[in-house]
Amino acid sequence: MPTALHVIRPIGDRAFPDLGEAWRFRDLCFALGRRDVTLRYRQTLLGVVWVVLQPLIAGGLFAVVFGKIAGLKSEGVPYFAFAYAGFIAWGAFQNVLSRSSSALLAQSNLVTKVYFPRLILPISTLFSSFVDFAVGLGSLGVLLVIFRVNPGWPLLTLPFWVLILHAMGLGLGTLASAFTVRFRDLNYALPILTQLLMYASPVAYSTTVIPIQYRRYFLLNPLSGALDGFRWSVLGTSAPGVTGTVIALAGAIVSLFIGAAIFARYERHLADVI
Amino acid sequence: MSFKDAPAVAVSGLGKVYRLGTESGATTAREAVVHAVRGGKARAPAEMLWALRDVNFELARGETLGIIGRNGAGKSTLLKLISRITWPTEGEIRLYGRLASLLEVGTGFHPELTGRENIFLNGTILGMRRHEILRRFDEIVEFAEIARFLDTPVKRYSSGMYVRLAFAVAAHLDPEILVVDEVLAVGDAAFQRKCLGKMGEVAREEGRAVIFVSHNMVAITALCARGILLEGGRVTADGAAGAVVQQYLRTLETLITTPLAARRDRIGTGALRFESVTVRNVSAGSGLVRSGDDVELSIAYQSDQPTLNNVHVNVIIHGPLDEQLCQLSSGPQRGDFERIPGNGSFLCHIPRLPFEAGAYRITVYSTVNADIADWVMHAAVMDVEPGDYFGTGRMNDEGQGHFLVTHNWDVRA
Repeated sequence: MPTALHVIRPIGDRAFPDLGEAWRFRDLCFALGRRDVTLRYRQTLLGVVWVVLQPLIAGGLFAVVFGKIAGLKSEGVPYFAFAYAGFIAWGAFQNVLSRSSSALLAQSNLVTKVYFPRLILPISTLFSSFVDFAVGLGSLGVLLVIFRVNPGWPLLTLPFWVLILHAMGLGLGTLASAFTVRFRDLNYALPILTQLLMYASPVAYSTTVIPIQYRRYFLLNPLSGALDGFRWSVLGTSAPGVTGTVIALAGAIVSLFIGAAIFARYERHLADVI
Repeated sequence: MSFKDAPAVAVSGLGKVYRLGTESGATTAREAVVHAVRGGKARAPAEMLWALRDVNFELARGETLGIIGRNGAGKSTLLKLISRITWPTEGEIRLYGRLASLLEVGTGFHPELTGRENIFLNGTILGMRRHEILRRFDEIVEFAEIARFLDTPVKRYSSGMYVRLAFAVAAHLDPEILVVDEVLAVGDAAFQRKCLGKMGEVAREEGRAVIFVSHNMVAITALCARGILLEGGRVTADGAAGAVVQQYLRTLETLITTPLAARRDRIGTGALRFESVTVRNVSAGSGLVRSGDDVELSIAYQSDQPTLNNVHVNVIIHGPLDEQLCQLSSGPQRGDFERIPGNGSFLCHIPRLPFEAGAYRITVYSTVNADIADWVMHAAVMDVEPGDYFGTGRMNDEGQGHFLVTHNWDVRA
């Protein structure tokens, strides 16, 4: 009797996703990512314009509201560049979060018709989010030249902050993707929660405007350190400090682990409930 | 090559239970919170449904197996388990080789992408590595006969081209085990033959195992050497395909004595439920129906709503081998019913019934807002007695076809 290639039998829920299996399906991950990017940029100009337009409008709006009307400080760089950079960084987090969280429901036809490690679905959304981010980053580069902003050596730390922002978005998104299959109404709640999170994070304003006695609580939000760090690396504004950096890094790792663990718990039931 | 008797699939003691009405009963976070706050004790016990129980069979390489059964008998659950889309509650399945399952035509096809892009996407989704697709690319394009439209978005394809491309990708998967569900129901007849031929060839010459599910008994007998009959989640027959098909057809006869309203082998949301089907001879005002009579099908239905919108209804008439002879669909004839009462009867008038004498099974199917509301296969039988279709007092020879066609004979020098 030859040995079986696969044995399918009842098994309890896994504590953690089978990453080896996911790696064997990497071609699928690339193919889905390539599809998303192709579809998004098929009408090339429109895709790029849209990606740049969003932070441009938001940055302009917040520069007027916070910079001009409320008169908040922007650490020595033009308020517009400050808010624009904030939105590029926030956009990376938010795009990954919203796309990965809706990946399972959006691809329910695949989940009910083909076998593959389901974790591929949220992960594959990273490609299109990252391309959007790269386009936004390019436009930010142009802006820095126009405003003659030179961040100096902190620019070298940019990849670290980008990685942290994407990891946080993916961790929370993976978690939410499994939950939304079970509890459909999270779909409606998530955009609102994300919006609240944006105002609670230093996207359009600087951490330095938070009164000093509240600032330590403010920094408990891992996004605070990540956003400050990103802005420090591209604009040369105040550095996030050791505490902010450690909290951001810990936030990214913890959200990835919790996201993966919860996802593994739900993975095998997805096709039955989706 | 000696693949004979080498196992491809071994299924033992397989069972799958579904909980009807999920464990906590909550499908939204809001309900879950309310439930938790109230103490969560007073929940009704979830109803357990064994979709599949105690299923055992082995499949050798080179064998083609047809899975037969009524709606709700467990066919799709079995395919989903073998395809690893869902997990069993008990028992096990051993797969001795790479498996590809084709549960739908063109899974993951995107209308905006070109034929070429979709070949890569769909191939990868079905489990091919990129280099394998590259190696088989020309063959796939040739089989699908779409070379000229390779760089056209598939949304511009005709439905025939779409199906050809989708099947072509799947046909070149090179799995040791191929699972195919009903997908051949679409596409033109010539291409269906080509696909069936390809599947047969795959099994015979390359020693693959093929598992095929279909409601089309003609396709099952043509393609499969062996058949398995599922009833209520259990295997009730396993043997030569022809014999198993015969047994299935016999179960249909007993089935029809169950009142339609009490039948559980139905698929759909239940937005509308068929209650009964009656066949009436309008010209004679009786239940006796003859060829050539004016006939009315009356299909009673119920729903929980005072009115229903966008309702489509379809009747399929089957011949003695369960082949689908024709459909009487509200779609092309009058379009959807935009607004109908919540309880009532669909009436379908067939003037001058063009069927030869015989027993015809009737399947009823309905969608409400494009979702399948109720679908009962073999819901009723229409017994047609010999009748004077041509108005000449003479009749056709028996057993020479199913339809009567109005026609004229003449001779020309």
